[in-house]
Amino acid sequence: MIVFFYLFALISLILALGVLVFKNPIHSALSLVGTFFCLAAIYVMLNAEFVAVIQVLVYAGAIMVLFLFVLMLLSTKDNDQYALKLNVSRGLAVAITGVLMIQVLTAFMDPTLRFGEPGAYPVERIQEIGSIALIGQLLFTEFVLPFEVISILLLVAVIGAVIIAKRRVP
Amino acid sequence: MNLLLEILSIPLVQTILKIVFMIMLFAMPLGTLMTLMERKWSAMVQDRVGPNRANVGSFRGHGLAHIAADGLKSIFKEDTMPEGSDRFLYLIAPFFGLIAGVSVFAIVPIAAPIGSFTFQITDIEPGLLFIFAITSLSVYGAVLAGASSNSKFALLGGTRASAQMISYEVFMGLALMGIFMVYGSTRVSEIVDGQNAYWFGSLIPKWGILTQPLGFLLFTTALVAETKRAPFDAPEGESEIVAGYFLEYSGMRWSAFMLAEYVAIVGVAALVTTLFFGGYHVPWLHLWESAPEWLVRVLQFAKFTAFVVFFCWFQIQLRWTVPKFRFDQTMALGWKKLLPLSLANTVATAAVILIFV
Repeated sequence: MIVFFYLFALISLILALGVLVFKNPIHSALSLVGTFFCLAAIYVMLNAEFVAVIQVLVYAGAIMVLFLFVLMLLSTKDNDQYALKLNVSRGLAVAITGVLMIQVLTAFMDPTLRFGEPGAYPVERIQEIGSIALIGQLLFTEFVLPFEVISILLLVAVIGAVIIAKRRVP
Repeated sequence: MNLLLEILSIPLVQTILKIVFMIMLFAMPLGTLMTLMERKWSAMVQDRVGPNRANVGSFRGHGLAHIAADGLKSIFKEDTMPEGSDRFLYLIAPFFGLIAGVSVFAIVPIAAPIGSFTFQITDIEPGLLFIFAITSLSVYGAVLAGASSNSKFALLGGTRASAQMISYEVFMGLALMGIFMVYGSTRVSEIVDGQNAYWFGSLIPKWGILTQPLGFLLFTTALVAETKRAPFDAPEGESEIVAGYFLEYSGMRWSAFMLAEYVAIVGVAALVTTLFFGGYHVPWLHLWESAPEWLVRVLQFAKFTAFVVFFCWFQIQLRWTVPKFRFDQTMALGWKKLLPLSLANTVATAAVILIFV
């Protein structure tokens, strides 16, 4: 099992690097799809099949297809403008991300943080209830307020999209 | 002999055997047969004879030899590559659809389990959501083929395909919400077993088509649109954009697109049978209590296959019966009619379950 984790982690890191390095934006987008797949595989190993499936369905299946859709329509033969060049702002971004990464890594090095107390929903309980049923129950009881707030946020986005699309029609 | 039985009892070996059976002996042969069936049936519809010239010696088999002839032809045909195409994407694009097509069979059960042995490759909890995830990937085949071919027609076909498939995916999931609610699970085996119950004693089986008639229509429409066949064949639209996204392909890669289409037909038929027509359950078979177990399994497999073949035929008949939609009509139908309908179906089902059950 642990072998598979390292395998998928390695592939997803390589593909994530590919997103940055590839000159052709379509290749970058495809690398991102591959990264999402590896993440989904890791979710499966964490007993979160539902999250894994939704990851593939929403990110790889819908959002990235829209990315590709736009890239296809805008694609130019001149891909050099997307090439990885270093300038001040990018250097700054690399530095900040580096600091953040060191912080996360030090947190993970702390052995006391690795295995905390088991929560209310250990793996056995999730498998007994079923992860989809459990997520549904929690969403409509304990987390009903955040759930509804997100629904309103998405509704606003949908209405905004409709208005932008309508504007062109006289 | 004992060693053989021991090897066969390893779960991994069983899974591999199941995969080989479902894909090599069920999905692929049916898909290949469909290519001939479509040519023959379209000929019948249009009052022609259809393909019957290919022969092995004096054997023609009413055109059966054409399957082998087609395969051989596409193997030996030159695999052309348009100038300025994106080499790597152009080479891998045909196989996305094929992989997505065969993945459907991973969760379709073909007979009732014997003890702990199931006639289903895997029975994961997300079940049908897995199917949605996988079919949403078949878009990549069309998109990448369109984007990498360096051809305006292919690009147009690719954009049409991606727009159409994303649109129809949206309510494909919504159309099934009713089924999830009625049978209380997303697990395929539980949905199939739920359809083995009966109304009025043992008079009418609780098939999905009877509990969710609107859901059946919406889901089947969405699936047919996902296969990009007539009446939803605007991405290929031969009268406007020649052949759409796979215009530049030839030889074996073109065949991969075709095979993906026909495997998808079989997949659609298998899904519709499983979700709306009781899956492998033979209705009223439980009344015959002394039926031997092996005979029950054989009957179940026969019933499943019969329904799958029927729905394959149904899709072919659909293609040669109805006129195709213009592309804007396809999109308007999806977003303005079928999406609100599937939402209404979800709400209505939930209300009925809340009030009466």
